[in-house]
Amino acid sequence: MIDPVPALQARRLCAAYHQQTVLEDITLSLPQGQWTAIVGPNGAGKSSLLNLVIGSLAPLRGELRILGKSPASQRRAGNIAYMAQQEHMEWDFPISVRDTVLTGRYGLMRHDPLWQRLVPRHWANPSHRQAVEAALEAVDMADYAARPIGALSGGQKKRVMLARALAQQARILLLDEPLAGVDPPSEALILATLERERSAGRTVIMVTHDMPSARVHADNVLLINRTLVGMGTPDEMLSDAMLARLAVGAPEARHGGTRVAA
Amino acid sequence: MSQLEPFALGVIDALTALLMMAVNLLPENLAAPFEYRFMQRALLTSVLVGAICGLLSCYVVLKRWSLLGDAISHAVLPGVAVAYLLGWPFFIGAFVTGALTSLGIGAIERHTRIKSDAAMGLMFTAAFALGIVIISKIATSTHLMHILFGNVLGVKTSALLLTLLASLVALLAIWLAYRPLLLYTFDPQQAQALGFNTGAIHYGLIMLLTLTIVASLETVGIILVVAMLITPGATAHLLTDRFTTMLAISVAVGVTSAVVGLMLSVSLDVASGGTIVLVASSLFLVALLAAPRHGLVARHWRRWRLNAQA
Repeated sequence: MIDPVPALQARRLCAAYHQQTVLEDITLSLPQGQWTAIVGPNGAGKSSLLNLVIGSLAPLRGELRILGKSPASQRRAGNIAYMAQQEHMEWDFPISVRDTVLTGRYGLMRHDPLWQRLVPRHWANPSHRQAVEAALEAVDMADYAARPIGALSGGQKKRVMLARALAQQARILLLDEPLAGVDPPSEALILATLERERSAGRTVIMVTHDMPSARVHADNVLLINRTLVGMGTPDEMLSDAMLARLAVGAPEARHGGTRVAA
Repeated sequence: MSQLEPFALGVIDALTALLMMAVNLLPENLAAPFEYRFMQRALLTSVLVGAICGLLSCYVVLKRWSLLGDAISHAVLPGVAVAYLLGWPFFIGAFVTGALTSLGIGAIERHTRIKSDAAMGLMFTAAFALGIVIISKIATSTHLMHILFGNVLGVKTSALLLTLLASLVALLAIWLAYRPLLLYTFDPQQAQALGFNTGAIHYGLIMLLTLTIVASLETVGIILVVAMLITPGATAHLLTDRFTTMLAISVAVGVTSAVVGLMLSVSLDVASGGTIVLVASSLFLVALLAAPRHGLVARHWRRWRLNAQA
């Protein structure tokens, strides 16, 4: 059965960084349980859309609903897992791979009884540990669990970041360029993992520059260049004509026009 | 409050007795000065200050807040002066101006085009200058020297009590908020995505930092406290890749420098604040050279071996 509440719904959404408009008049609706690729040139506001969901950017105007509620309440409920771009992480931080993945559970730990939050984690709720081990297995990083994160290669770092998002077992996975700068085996592994998450009923929303993978895996493609240039199936959206329109921006883009993904 | 005081004094006596048991294991000529009460107070204060500075310095180093620590430590000066003028405990005035300055820095950063390092420099020099001017009007220069550079041998029981209280508050806060603080230090964006109130964590951490600085005022002084907020954490960062281990090493470095520095300053008859910081710096230097993975020797050894293989 398909839950009719959209995973993400935006109405006339505008956002700005320091008086610089990054998103203008975005109206869209993404159904649950699907894989959406967000495509657009650099600086087009793709990451800003994710930042609005995770709360590091506040909307200027308009409305954003996640699973029918405000993003803040869904963040607190643990329904949103987020994988940032690699450059945004402190790779020098003294923390092991396993503990990094465990931080994905920190939001859920707030629902544990108080005593469990004050004791070392081996005595606390075993479900956190199990979720962490499962996520490490899923991205094939279990052998590296005890290593410090600074000692990993680029592809391994991405896999650890993905594992952290998976460990949260959230209904919505937000991924900012999960395939940027990874080696081909890691890329295949990440895509296979995301396929599995989608078949488990989770919603996958990823910002990407990687057209081939979007074409193969995504259910929907969003073209964004400050405004919503288009939304539809990968075949429709990743045609040469649409990509050309995306590159020049879309002054003629339907203002406030609504397209709901098939 | 008045019923609590005998209890607090009892705690101090118990802690002092514990420390003296350790001191009495030392050779006679080192242990002798600690027969005096003022030396015992100085020792206990140094241990406490070394411990909380060590704890906080991990967050300061990892969060790149060294300049902010410097800013807050300078900004407490006018608070100290005003508190002196009004006959309040130093603590309260220092806390208020320290907190106000950090709020001011945040406000300038957010609402103008001035970047954070300039905002910090601007605010803390202004506050520091104000403090100097007020103090030059109301107190002697010896007094000013003690605030600026510490005077651990002159620590009164009331100041020791406040240091003890501040240490307990800092310890409790870090224990209760261990995970939010760790996540916010490591990856603030992730903390936000998981629904943590990052604003509250941010200002909570700044409050803890202010508290620590104020508690350390009498021991190492305003100018040098920032060393105790950077050096132990930086030393520990070179020695481990585990956060909990880093906290432990950093506390050990803080306490060791405070105690050894105090003893050296007494036997050499030199300034205690400066000696404490110099001991900490020496420990850092040792770690920099000899740390097993991140030390200079280990790095060069690895490079040399790679070249030899090639």
